[in-house]
Amino acid sequence: MWSAFANPHKFLKFSAVAAPLFYGAGALCILWGLWQGLWIVPKDEYQGGDIMRVMFIHVPAAWLSMASYSALAVASFVWFIWRHELADIAAKAIAPLGAVWTALCLATGSIWGKPTWGTWWQWDDARMMSVLFLLFLFLGYMALRASMDSRQKAARAGAILAMVGAINVPLIKFSVDLFTSLHQPASVITADGPKMAAVYLTPLLVSGLGHGLLFGGLVMTHMRTEIRQRRIARLTASALEG
Amino acid sequence: MSAAPILAAFRQAFAEAWAGGAGALLPLGFLGGAAVLVPLGIGSDTQTLKAVGPGIIWVALALSSLVTLERIFQADAEDGTLDLWLQTGAPMAAIAAAKTLAHWLAAGLPLALASPLLALMFQAQASMDLLIHLGFYTLGGLAFFFWGGVGAALSATVRRGGLLISIIALPLYVPTAIFGALAMTGGIGSDGAPMLLAASTLFACAVAPYAMAAALRLAAD
Repeated sequence: MWSAFANPHKFLKFSAVAAPLFYGAGALCILWGLWQGLWIVPKDEYQGGDIMRVMFIHVPAAWLSMASYSALAVASFVWFIWRHELADIAAKAIAPLGAVWTALCLATGSIWGKPTWGTWWQWDDARMMSVLFLLFLFLGYMALRASMDSRQKAARAGAILAMVGAINVPLIKFSVDLFTSLHQPASVITADGPKMAAVYLTPLLVSGLGHGLLFGGLVMTHMRTEIRQRRIARLTASALEG
Repeated sequence: MSAAPILAAFRQAFAEAWAGGAGALLPLGFLGGAAVLVPLGIGSDTQTLKAVGPGIIWVALALSSLVTLERIFQADAEDGTLDLWLQTGAPMAAIAAAKTLAHWLAAGLPLALASPLLALMFQAQASMDLLIHLGFYTLGGLAFFFWGGVGAALSATVRRGGLLISIIALPLYVPTAIFGALAMTGGIGSDGAPMLLAASTLFACAVAPYAMAAALRLAAD
């Protein structure tokens, strides 16, 4: 079953249809979520009034930052074990996009934090720290890939680092939780909880789905570009050999 | 398979660390310099120094691991030592671990041993605690060197790899830094912190050599 996914030709055929669908459905979901979030749902005074509407971007970004690092780790693992080139192409495409959504999560979180907690940045908050270290993992992965002088080396080094990072993520998460449980101010813990009203939850989930679809579409487009770039490099090389 | 290549790697790394004139004094000088800059930068207030002192020593330990690790695998990749190791058939993970251990002995352990002196300079009370802290710095430093070694092995073929090591290793240093700081503050929730520090160091010693070995095989290609 894996090998069906690993065929670049099949992937190009599949993604030619799937990527536009993902973009379209993702845009619809995000727009509906934003419309609901910005105009329809009532504001929650307890979460700082109108500023809580940033949630409909912030929370999907947080989900995606975690999901994309998991995807990066899985793609790296698949490439490292089975050497399916498509897995490496996927990993290369996921990293910068994951970094963007992680940065978006941090930025929107700061904007939400300033009026509600009175600070742009709180070292005591476990989630902020975890997401920040996730961003560093993405940036380190990209920097390492960029510094390698061949595609094959970039793939191998990147896969090793992504796997080392992935097995450290639970440890980082655990240590950060322990660190912050010492000083956690009571106002922060209530930021969001499972007791969310359906009026907020539905637009949030739809918005999350939309961000996921947009992410998937962007990854596919990046992968298509990379496949074609490799084909160009191969054709150029054979043309030069004449 | 014999242990000879592993011992040779250990001796070579140790000799390299001691060569270049100053040996273990160089990292100590680095630590001293970094530590002396802090009171100049943040002021000489006794309470402030007492509060930041342990943290400064942790940071200096992390930085010194990054600074000294930059070249350890790079030189081997350049002069062909790496290829010879691969030919001996000795387990690469063991060789990488031996090299890292030697570097920690030459550059990490002296810093830990000097930590009580620095702690006194940062206005800590002279007590047995300083020796316990010395143990924490020893353990934590070992984890720093092993994770830093992964970064060093991955960037062995990269020019100016030092900056790359820093960004690769920084997130991996987090658990050790946190457990170490918790173990020393001794507040609520820190009961198990020394154990967690030891556990995270053991984890680094168990996992990092295999990552280093994979990265070194890549560097030899």
